[in-house]
Amino acid sequence: MAVRLTPVRRPPEAADRVPPRRAAGRRRVLAHWPQYLAISPFYLLFAVFGLFPVLFSLFLAFQRWDGLGPMQYVGLDQFRFLLEDSTFWLSMRNTFVIWFLSTIPMLFLALVIAAMLNSSVRFTGFYRVAYFIPNVTSLVAMAIFFGSVFSTNFGLVNAFLRGLGLGTVPWLTDPLGMKIAVAAVITWQWTGYNAIIYLAGMQTIPTELYEAARIDGAGPVQIFFRITVPMLRPIILFTVIVSTVTGMQTFTEPQVLFGTNTTLNPNTGGPAQGALTMVLYFYHQAFDNRNFGYGAAIAWLVFVVIMLFVAINWRIVRRRER
Amino acid sequence: MRPARFFLHAALVLGVIVSIFPFYWMIVMATNDTSAIYQFPPKVTFGGQLLVNLDKVFERVNFFAAMGNTIVVASCTTLLVLFFDSLAAFTFAKFDFPGRRVLFGLLIGIFMLPAQLSLIPQFVIMSKIGWVGELQALIVPAAANAFGIFWMRQYIASAVPDELLDAARLDGCHFFRQYWHVALPTVRPGLAFLGIYTFVMAWNDYVWPLVVLVNPDQLTLQVALSQLNRSYGQDYSMIMAGALLAVLPLVVVFVLFARNFIADAVKGAVRG
Repeated sequence: MAVRLTPVRRPPEAADRVPPRRAAGRRRVLAHWPQYLAISPFYLLFAVFGLFPVLFSLFLAFQRWDGLGPMQYVGLDQFRFLLEDSTFWLSMRNTFVIWFLSTIPMLFLALVIAAMLNSSVRFTGFYRVAYFIPNVTSLVAMAIFFGSVFSTNFGLVNAFLRGLGLGTVPWLTDPLGMKIAVAAVITWQWTGYNAIIYLAGMQTIPTELYEAARIDGAGPVQIFFRITVPMLRPIILFTVIVSTVTGMQTFTEPQVLFGTNTTLNPNTGGPAQGALTMVLYFYHQAFDNRNFGYGAAIAWLVFVVIMLFVAINWRIVRRRER
Repeated sequence: MRPARFFLHAALVLGVIVSIFPFYWMIVMATNDTSAIYQFPPKVTFGGQLLVNLDKVFERVNFFAAMGNTIVVASCTTLLVLFFDSLAAFTFAKFDFPGRRVLFGLLIGIFMLPAQLSLIPQFVIMSKIGWVGELQALIVPAAANAFGIFWMRQYIASAVPDELLDAARLDGCHFFRQYWHVALPTVRPGLAFLGIYTFVMAWNDYVWPLVVLVNPDQLTLQVALSQLNRSYGQDYSMIMAGALLAVLPLVVVFVLFARNFIADAVKGAVRG
């Protein structure tokens, strides 16, 4: 009795190889009630606020519903409408442009910063803190801050351009300027985070590799591209996947800067909807217009787009491996 | 070699300036009046208008209520996450039970689900149970999460020696006492990381509070700040004074705990 009540504890790796014993299955389950109780809070919360909502939103995507009146089954109408909705395709283009404008400089700068940190031994602790700080600051506050910096008449960027004798740019009303402003917030916030992750990866690269390359006469640039980058590939893959998933869901920055008051302006995403991202459009349809069915359809299409784009990026990064 | 070192540090310091500059410039704006920011060239030194600007913030939104709500939500969420996540992580790390692999695999799959997929139904659930506009709508769904369990499991697996648990069991400690008296005291540094991480995430959370907090008197800091910006966005000095108050507490907490925090944050990413 005492033996059975004692949890069978093994290191996880070893446990994975143990075949299940079906005979005593039921009693084994009962004997482990404290373990099931211990993990149950997460699974209960997930069932109520995660799994059920995901299934329900799939159901909603085939309905027309404003959240109050009766639901109306409309079959594939929402998706049919979505595929012809030019605003959605615009929001998708915007999202990709913002992703490109932020992710490419962000990951490149992060690699360069990490390589520099890796070769300088002094003050690394200070640099790491300083580079990480942007990542813990509030996105709303920073979006507002960058909005003021990019303001056409009184912003710091244009003041700087004027100081250099150049013309000013209407950053917050020009479709490309708006995307640059949003991308700037993202780049500022995530470059240091990625740099510190790369740095941790670089520190696991054996120094003999570098020494051997140096003896063979390789310069710092060659070493960077021939040794550091290939050795970091799994971590680069991780950062590319994370920035793809988060970048495709960009919402807060454009919402704070360009999510106009819908009672005054039926559109959202700023002038010419230049900063309307997919998730901002989803939010607008679902919670400004109360089109719950259409919103759910958008959310599912966004999910499919994210999965496809992750798969594409995965293949691109992996292919370079060979 | 010397000049190379110099340029290296010069480039790194330039990066530090870029990453710190927004805080400096925020303080410049928050301590001057807006007309000083609007002139060309703009004023680049601190002024003495901070209290005036803060007064304007307090006049326009119920800032202290929003700050109080944020503190309540972030603290409650953090305590619940620390308890539920570490308990589940301890179980996954140190015990074998039928279905363990499947349940843990499910956990990783849940990571991948984008939040907006469940946003509408979550709102519908909240309105059915009458929680729309209430703070528990923010706390309860966030009380346990996949990331925390995943991260803590790694941590506990290596930080809590099996021998210690065996000894505790021989002394007659049952499962929950092993968790409470043996595992928890050993994993304090891990709890510190998960606690700060959860607190920062809850403090900065925006999308869900924006959706579910419909009552203008019952907001969190981020939503209040965003509304302030929407209504009075041209008054840079005032809005930056508000933004400063929303950012500063976290930056202070972060700088105090930074060293360990960064090391732990990276551990999760590099292993995962």
